[in-house]
Amino acid sequence: MTDEELIWRISGGSGDGIASTSQNFAKALMRSGLNVFTHRHYPSRIRGGHTYTEIRAAADPVESRGDGYNFLLALGDSFARNPQEGAVYGNEEIKPLSENLDELREGGVIVYDEGLLDPSEIPNFEERVEENGWHVFPLDLRGLARDMGREVMRNTAGVGATCALIGMDLEHVEDLMRDAMPEKILDPNLEILETAYDQVREEYDVDAVEVSVPTGEHEETQLLMSGSDAISYGAIDEGCRFIAGYPMTPWTEVFTIMTQNLPELGGISEQVEDEIAAAALAVGASHAGVKAMSGSSGGGFALMSEPLGLAEMTETPLVLVEAMRAGPSTGMPTKPEQSDLEHVLYTSQGDSQRVVLAPGTVAEAYEQSRLAFRLAYEYQIPTILLYDQKLGGELVNVPKSHFDREPNPTLGKTLSEEELAEQPHSADGKFHRFQHDVEDGVTPRSIPGQKGGRYLATGNEHDPTGHISESPDNRVAQIDRRTQKLEAIRADLDTEDTSSYAGPDDAEYGILTFGSQQGTVEEAVGRLNDAGVSVKSLGVSDMLPFPTEEVRTFIESVEEVLVVEMTASGQFRGLVQKNLGQYGEKLSSLLKYNGNPFEPAEVVDGFEAAIIEGDGDASGHQTTFVPAAGD
Amino acid sequence: MSTFSAIGEEREIDRDEYTPTVEPQPTWCPGCGDFSVLKALKQALPEVGRTPEETLLCTGIGCSGKLNSYLDTYGFHTIHGRSLPVARAAKLANPDLEVIAAGGDGDGYGIGGNHFIHTARENHDMTYIVFNNEIFGLTKGQTSPTSPKGHKSKTQPHGSAKEPLKPLSLSLNAGASYVARTAAVNPNQAKEILIEAIEHDGFAHVDFLTQCPTWNKDARQYVPYIDVNESDDYEFDKTDRVEAAEMMRTTEEALYDGEVLTGRFYVDEDRPSYGQEKQQIGEMPEEPLAERYWDDDYEWERSYDQFVDKHE
Repeated sequence: MTDEELIWRISGGSGDGIASTSQNFAKALMRSGLNVFTHRHYPSRIRGGHTYTEIRAAADPVESRGDGYNFLLALGDSFARNPQEGAVYGNEEIKPLSENLDELREGGVIVYDEGLLDPSEIPNFEERVEENGWHVFPLDLRGLARDMGREVMRNTAGVGATCALIGMDLEHVEDLMRDAMPEKILDPNLEILETAYDQVREEYDVDAVEVSVPTGEHEETQLLMSGSDAISYGAIDEGCRFIAGYPMTPWTEVFTIMTQNLPELGGISEQVEDEIAAAALAVGASHAGVKAMSGSSGGGFALMSEPLGLAEMTETPLVLVEAMRAGPSTGMPTKPEQSDLEHVLYTSQGDSQRVVLAPGTVAEAYEQSRLAFRLAYEYQIPTILLYDQKLGGELVNVPKSHFDREPNPTLGKTLSEEELAEQPHSADGKFHRFQHDVEDGVTPRSIPGQKGGRYLATGNEHDPTGHISESPDNRVAQIDRRTQKLEAIRADLDTEDTSSYAGPDDAEYGILTFGSQQGTVEEAVGRLNDAGVSVKSLGVSDMLPFPTEEVRTFIESVEEVLVVEMTASGQFRGLVQKNLGQYGEKLSSLLKYNGNPFEPAEVVDGFEAAIIEGDGDASGHQTTFVPAAGD
Repeated sequence: MSTFSAIGEEREIDRDEYTPTVEPQPTWCPGCGDFSVLKALKQALPEVGRTPEETLLCTGIGCSGKLNSYLDTYGFHTIHGRSLPVARAAKLANPDLEVIAAGGDGDGYGIGGNHFIHTARENHDMTYIVFNNEIFGLTKGQTSPTSPKGHKSKTQPHGSAKEPLKPLSLSLNAGASYVARTAAVNPNQAKEILIEAIEHDGFAHVDFLTQCPTWNKDARQYVPYIDVNESDDYEFDKTDRVEAAEMMRTTEEALYDGEVLTGRFYVDEDRPSYGQEKQQIGEMPEEPLAERYWDDDYEWERSYDQFVDKHE
């Protein structure tokens, strides 16, 4: 926790424009030279329900949400259904001000819309303000917006007030409004912004405010990007021009971005009847020679088990993305969790023959989306990109140059008609699509419509021409060949540098994590080392095939390892032990499954309580410690 | 040589080209109606001028799925009920392919019913042949969606309490633009209907009555069959949705009274296919997408040039 950061939380109801306002403000902070990271919290509702976005901004790199926040802009839920304390969901109107108020840091700032919110409804509000040294600014944001434009523009008034209080120039905010807004609403918005800014500066002693905007500078142009953006752009740059899907939170973001962009690239997007169809369409398009993808979140992905297995058996290249949310069943649709790990590794009958990658950051999401396509097409195997609501929705700045790479539309080992003529065929002209002995197990394919390439693709076990076969010798040869591909992919991945390390090489302790918790763990590792604790971390991305030797080396190099993941049953720790076959006595778990991602302090405190002080849960946090075997 | 030189090739085609020379030979039971579908397809494809290597046949699971093994084209023997989504995507990826899907009544009207409704609704330019034998054959004679009410089997020991599904009516209401029924016992009509269905620009659904001599009926029980387009007893306009609906209802009920009515029930030549609709709104390229991956001159777009600026 440092004073050199702003953690600005804007809270309201779903439909109050929290997402768009925060996105623009994050971009303004980025343009001013800061590094930014956003964290979204929203309910599964169209209108109303407590929603907030936090923007963490600092001159130093930020790869995680922070601990709590130091500025609250509480707009109030203008769509609240339950204005009574005793309602099932409580008094929703006041929630944007009352919820998580304890997480506001000492000396923090509260701006609330007194046109909508009455703090006397919050128990002991005045006392808490005094105790914590909070600076409170009741402003009639709604009235101001109504007078100069429309009530919905109160967000803009709130941003104007924010800028006045934290000493931020309006220039970048205004530029962004000019870019985004049509003239009709631009003028009143600019007027509201400036009026709110001026009013606050005139009426209050803003110099007394302890929170100010940090100053920073970027060496090169930055982009404000979400994980969903990055995954989509990775797919496009690999030549993916076909997507099929069915809406489901949070995967819908990738589906939407692809669908909006594909027509101008001459690509095709299909919204279909269900997820079985969605994945089956991707299989059909890929079979016919197009780079294709589909995806879903847990429940929809369950329906994809069948086509996923078909792609494995027919060796059809395919990329599926899975955006995890809290389960089981419908679970908590808008809350992150990592508990679909085992689901995507093992769903569908038979031995899994697939690749699963779990990127840790937005920048990695772009790279690993591309990697997923490369592996899928080069090795003719379904590849799953596993991420979650957190990574998909968080906005961070990434250098623009990160995306300046060549496209790769190649189909992998796919034969031209000239090449097909040289390949083995049966007496009646059938192409041997599934030959037994080939390098890396990858047998070249033809595409329907090619002369000399006809064969049968089938979900049954099959002989080299594709015909159904239950011969034991053929069965063993085909399974062994398909398994050989995974060994080749493991060797390929060893050259890709997908893992992420933090902390000193010779550290005494280790933290293992996977996917989206990587940034938070790395920040925690930094803080622990600053506090004199010798610890390093490894964020793993390759879930299957697993980097067994790399993880073994990491575990061997330290005394004890804490495995950090957002599951209740320690799925990732289980995966590590399954692959390594030992270290049960050396691995303990820190789990979180309350619907919110880890904060760095939870990892720091959890590590200290469990490893340094010995076998306990850190107090004050909703995390769970599971000791190593034998402890 | 172009990428897909089998497509659009103008030449005489021998029906033997669709027959594997050695193996596999059909393993259907003697007297099975499925032989007639195979034969009718081998007759229809040369007549419409589609060679084995410009044809993609997608099947589901069951006795009908074995069609893929005995018709020597490009084939995709998919999974139970899922032939249609695989087939329609292949057609979108490469509209120059002749795409035919096939499956049984359990496959198409039961487990794959949702895909059937939506593929018909969208009017994809393809042919869908349903081997309707009113039974689950390969799994040994269980009651299927088109089995008659009261049908007894090991899974319905007291006789099915369910009304059979009405496939023609369902197809019409879902949006198919060509709906026909033919029977294995009527090879000439079967061939003609398959030719029309393949040539039709839109979703052509052919409910093909294929007797299952092992589990329910032999061929004699489908005789005599009546062609409703030729019989003087029936008069309706197959281009009129309301008249077609009534004729379908009559036909579907008659089947369970032992009267086999066949023919073309609904034909709409004016409705654009799904691919055309999608091109109309700018969501599908004019050139087959599958061709692009082989075009060395194509400049593949980059997100860096096209999209990232708005994130600055």
